[in-house]
Amino acid sequence: MRLLIANGRLVDPANKLNNLLDVLIMDGKIAKVGPELSKASTGSKALEVIDASGKLVVPGFIDLHTHLREPGYEYKETIKTGTAAASAGGFTTICAMPNTNPVNDNQSVTEFILDKARREGVVNVRPIGAITKGSKGLELAEIAELREAGCVAISDDGHPVMSAEVMRRAMEYAKAFGLPVIDHCEDLTLAEGGMVHEGRISTELGLGGIPAAAEEVMVARDLILAEQTGAHLHLAHISTAGAVRMIREAKTRGVRVTAEACPHHFTLTHEAVIDFDTNKKMNPPLRTKADVEAVIEGLRDDTLDAIATDHAPHAPEDKLQEFETAPFGVIGLETAWPLAYGLVLSGMLTLEQAVAKLTVQPAQIISIDRGTLSEGAVADVTIIDPDVTWTVDPSEFLSKSRNTPFGGWKMRGRVIKTLVSGRVVWSASSGR
Amino acid sequence: MALKKKDILAIKDLDVEEINLILDTAESFKEVSTRDIKKVPTLRGKTVVNLFFEPSTRTRTSFELAAKRLSADVVNFSVSTSSVVKGESLLDTAKNLQAMQADFIVIRHWASGAASLLARVLSSSVINAGDGAHEHPTQALLDLYTLRERKGNLQGMKVAIVGDIAHSRVARSDLYGLKKMGAEVRVVGPATMIPAEIEGLGATVYYHLDEALSGVDAIIMLRLQLERQGKALFPTLREYSRLYCLTLERLHLANRDVLVMHPGPINRGVEIAPEVADGLSSLILDQVTNGIAVRMALLFLLSGGKV
Repeated sequence: MRLLIANGRLVDPANKLNNLLDVLIMDGKIAKVGPELSKASTGSKALEVIDASGKLVVPGFIDLHTHLREPGYEYKETIKTGTAAASAGGFTTICAMPNTNPVNDNQSVTEFILDKARREGVVNVRPIGAITKGSKGLELAEIAELREAGCVAISDDGHPVMSAEVMRRAMEYAKAFGLPVIDHCEDLTLAEGGMVHEGRISTELGLGGIPAAAEEVMVARDLILAEQTGAHLHLAHISTAGAVRMIREAKTRGVRVTAEACPHHFTLTHEAVIDFDTNKKMNPPLRTKADVEAVIEGLRDDTLDAIATDHAPHAPEDKLQEFETAPFGVIGLETAWPLAYGLVLSGMLTLEQAVAKLTVQPAQIISIDRGTLSEGAVADVTIIDPDVTWTVDPSEFLSKSRNTPFGGWKMRGRVIKTLVSGRVVWSASSGR
Repeated sequence: MALKKKDILAIKDLDVEEINLILDTAESFKEVSTRDIKKVPTLRGKTVVNLFFEPSTRTRTSFELAAKRLSADVVNFSVSTSSVVKGESLLDTAKNLQAMQADFIVIRHWASGAASLLARVLSSSVINAGDGAHEHPTQALLDLYTLRERKGNLQGMKVAIVGDIAHSRVARSDLYGLKKMGAEVRVVGPATMIPAEIEGLGATVYYHLDEALSGVDAIIMLRLQLERQGKALFPTLREYSRLYCLTLERLHLANRDVLVMHPGPINRGVEIAPEVADGLSSLILDQVTNGIAVRMALLFLLSGGKV
């Protein structure tokens, strides 16, 4: 089976390519990249052609931060629906956070997730194991076994390790197995009772504030521990100017740190919460305009390496309650590309940068051989119509949940086809 | 003139014209409560549900009397006797009440934004009787009414709001209301109880009471929620009281005819000295009386009444 993606603009930052090039796929792998391959591809095997004129052809996106909710919270999302949502957003690999029930803190849970993903998943799933047993922050999980079972990183996302000692030991231990330690930076004592960014809006609404310091205190601690241990630290969903500044400074000194930013954090400010809409409640919270600008600047100068979604599905009944009791989190897989592309359209990022932060850069962080269209690579490919404008209708999402802050938004740029190992797993025309 | 609103959720949403309309209407309703037979037929056949998720004596009773003096039927629904303890959600509870054809739902809730949540989904009129630390619009309206009754006009008046500003819905609503009516507002308290960037809402921040009282025409004392002790917001009641209790001595720092208000219930000797609470400057009981008139006015106006 041969497939030719013809006449598209190929953007493959790993190979510094941004040209009109065709891609020939054979047996699930990239067989050849070059100009006008249709002429050269006459052979005995049948050739299927996707005409990508006017479209962008990029490596399949990789999300470092997805909550698939299975096992345990299948009413919010399942591996089946979460991977379907990923495919519709152009993601071909997603990393599943371990805060399921049970927590992914041992190899049986990891194996369950991988097995389920193989049978029901539409895209590749790479689990992230817990740092500590039950993500309770006390004793290390069986990190070596998690890695053997297939985990690509460890994190106690959502339940950050508060003990500096435990974090230090986790970094030391994980370093020996080449696993990055991902931290959701939040000092729980500073953030206690907080729902939104502490500032003008929390004051107006009478909602508990989460100060920028809650994030920054932990970023500072983690950077110091990473420097001391030499471990690879990856900082999740960076949302404050102070955090960006500290990461930038640490990188200049050679600390092994990488970091990600989420589309909602570089698109919205805390002003958006003024209507008490629980679909704008997430953790870390939406911050100020100055923070948004700093996050974008961090993406621009590569202080922030990756764009990740923190896709956090919650059922309508979870979100349709008092702001203070509604859970934190928004979904993001199906809106990530147009929001990242928005930074390109506004001149903040180059197209290559935006693509790199969704492909080769996250791949490098978790050391997987994806995120590029090099000859011989697995044919995970995303095809984008960069010009189409569309309106976000959450009822059309493939995710089981609808908790997006972007419902009704007019977007430019849309993923029209997603291929995993050379097979089309999602197509805009048939998908909706 | 009529009030073109379904709900009263926040002072922030009201303009000066609307506030004046409510206060003017309250003036005419105040007289009803002084009659021998304290009842008019204005809302006969209407149903008011008091939906209270937090303990309250003053506000609930005030709404109940306001509704009854307008001849409405009143149902009091408090959290301990409701199916909320069985896990029913706020929205389901409210939808059920609406299905019983409640015309007004008066809600007091511990969560900021709870009243707006109801207002978005219900066709009944929703009146916010206090939501979390967000707003308590009827309290602010009765405070404005009480000040206006004494001073005639709030333009240029200097008002100090003293206490735990951060956790106070009264402080927020009063601040919005006073600013809209042209007053100058000072908020006073320990720095741990002053919320972030409140200057952005038009307040001037003071940490020292003596300094803040200089030249003020009115002082609004807030109730200190005693359970906040131990959360590192202030060291001891003793020290809080020494720094922020409104004493007779301190009262002399303000203008000669200064007015003292408090939304109640008061902690005598903690935030306000008994001789101040009971003194000539105190409008605390006038506030209670006026509260009924203001709530009658709101029910009347929300039901489509015109003046």
